[in-house]
Amino acid sequence: MTDIPRRSLLAGLAALGTGACSKIDGFPASDTGTSLFDAAEDWHRAAHRTLAGRQGLAPEYGPEDRSPTFRGNGSLTVDTPAYKEQLAKGFPDWRLEVRGLVERPLNLSLADLSALPQRTQITRHDCVEGWSAIGEWTGPQLSTLLDRAGVKPEAAFIVFRCADVLYGRPYYESVDMVDAYHPQTIIAHQLNGTPIPEKNGAPLRMRIERQLGYKHAKYLTAIEAVASLDDIGQGRGGFWEDIGQYQWYAGI
Amino acid sequence: MTDSKATKPQKRHALSTRLWHWINAVALTILFMSGLGISNAHRYLYWGNYGFDPADAWARVMRFPSWATLPQRYNLAEARDWHNTGAWIFALALLGMWLAMLLNRHFVRDIASSPRDWHPASLWADIRAHLARDFDGDDRTYNRLQRLAYAIVLALILPLMIATGLAISPGIEPAAPWLVEVLGGRQSARSIHFITSWLLFTFVVLHLLMVLLAGPWRLTVGMITGGTREEKPS
Repeated sequence: MTDIPRRSLLAGLAALGTGACSKIDGFPASDTGTSLFDAAEDWHRAAHRTLAGRQGLAPEYGPEDRSPTFRGNGSLTVDTPAYKEQLAKGFPDWRLEVRGLVERPLNLSLADLSALPQRTQITRHDCVEGWSAIGEWTGPQLSTLLDRAGVKPEAAFIVFRCADVLYGRPYYESVDMVDAYHPQTIIAHQLNGTPIPEKNGAPLRMRIERQLGYKHAKYLTAIEAVASLDDIGQGRGGFWEDIGQYQWYAGI
Repeated sequence: MTDSKATKPQKRHALSTRLWHWINAVALTILFMSGLGISNAHRYLYWGNYGFDPADAWARVMRFPSWATLPQRYNLAEARDWHNTGAWIFALALLGMWLAMLLNRHFVRDIASSPRDWHPASLWADIRAHLARDFDGDDRTYNRLQRLAYAIVLALILPLMIATGLAISPGIEPAAPWLVEVLGGRQSARSIHFITSWLLFTFVVLHLLMVLLAGPWRLTVGMITGGTREEKPS
């Protein structure tokens, strides 16, 4: 299990002493200013994990608490003929790969995923923009898949690969092993008792319930265990992290 | 050296008060301006736990111009960085200020008020005195309206900013689900966070106005050097 990266925390502390104000005038981010921001986010994550514990659960609601609809945001579809055809047919040929630093790579159909032990949870989805929706999600826990595939000890992160393309780049996201093995981290194939709608990520989307919406990768095609995020995308751990400099930890 | 305390006039503002005042001023400026930038990302406010449809919103918020936001252009990621970093400074400084003013009795001596102070008649008399630019009030360091305003800000508004801010964070909720519940749900907490920030803004405007009317140079220098505690006839 990985812990809070000490490196950026120390870099942030150093930044406090050497010129944390270099960004005050609004000029482009200096390394010092950025590492202070990153350190502040690391402290939030450390505080959250200390206060809530690694297994602390996000609140779950009753069926009557669900929002009447569930907003779609970001990618609302996968713009390829193959996807549209699968969508029309109910995704008979959709595959989910479990690969990377695992002993036994898996290649699963939707039927395989539905045959695994399922978890159903009514949770609130908080977008980084500020809005929230509540829905009922069903799917196997990520930990079940990781245990079956046998994650190697050197794996530190789980990367989620997606079929959707935004601004010319494939969407991806990642979590550390704490969130990967969290009981509410599931690979959802149902929303409110029916297959996930197109705009919400059909046929598969991640639920990372203690973090903001951009972590909940949609149109999921592969789950990859890796030792480092450096060589993936631009190395910041996710699509929005790469393209918009959003923080990798999205618990605040 | 033994009688230095007796001969040296006492400072009007303790070092801890002055440090907190200026750190807090910077932190609040960062938090307010970056908060306006964050507000621009979704300009609708809701009550309850969920809310995403403008048709369900109780308020549609204006788009704040870029000169009022931090950074000075629309960038949600960077506004969040400023906000989440400023929050640490603001919250830890407030904790330090509360500890200091309980330990050095600043709160009990200069800020705490009695129910008599809250009587509408005496409040109205004080407001009329302020309008007549008579700020001396009674014989204490701060006049009655000041004591009430500072107590409300220190004990209610600033802690409420922190509580509502924490309640919006999905990573805090597993540790304190009750916090979101007492505030009426996450979108209610977000609405209260927004409203409280404008209450605080109103306080800052009135505070600056009072400083301008009562002697900006003397009061600002006093908040830097500490000034002297005036002996007033009772």
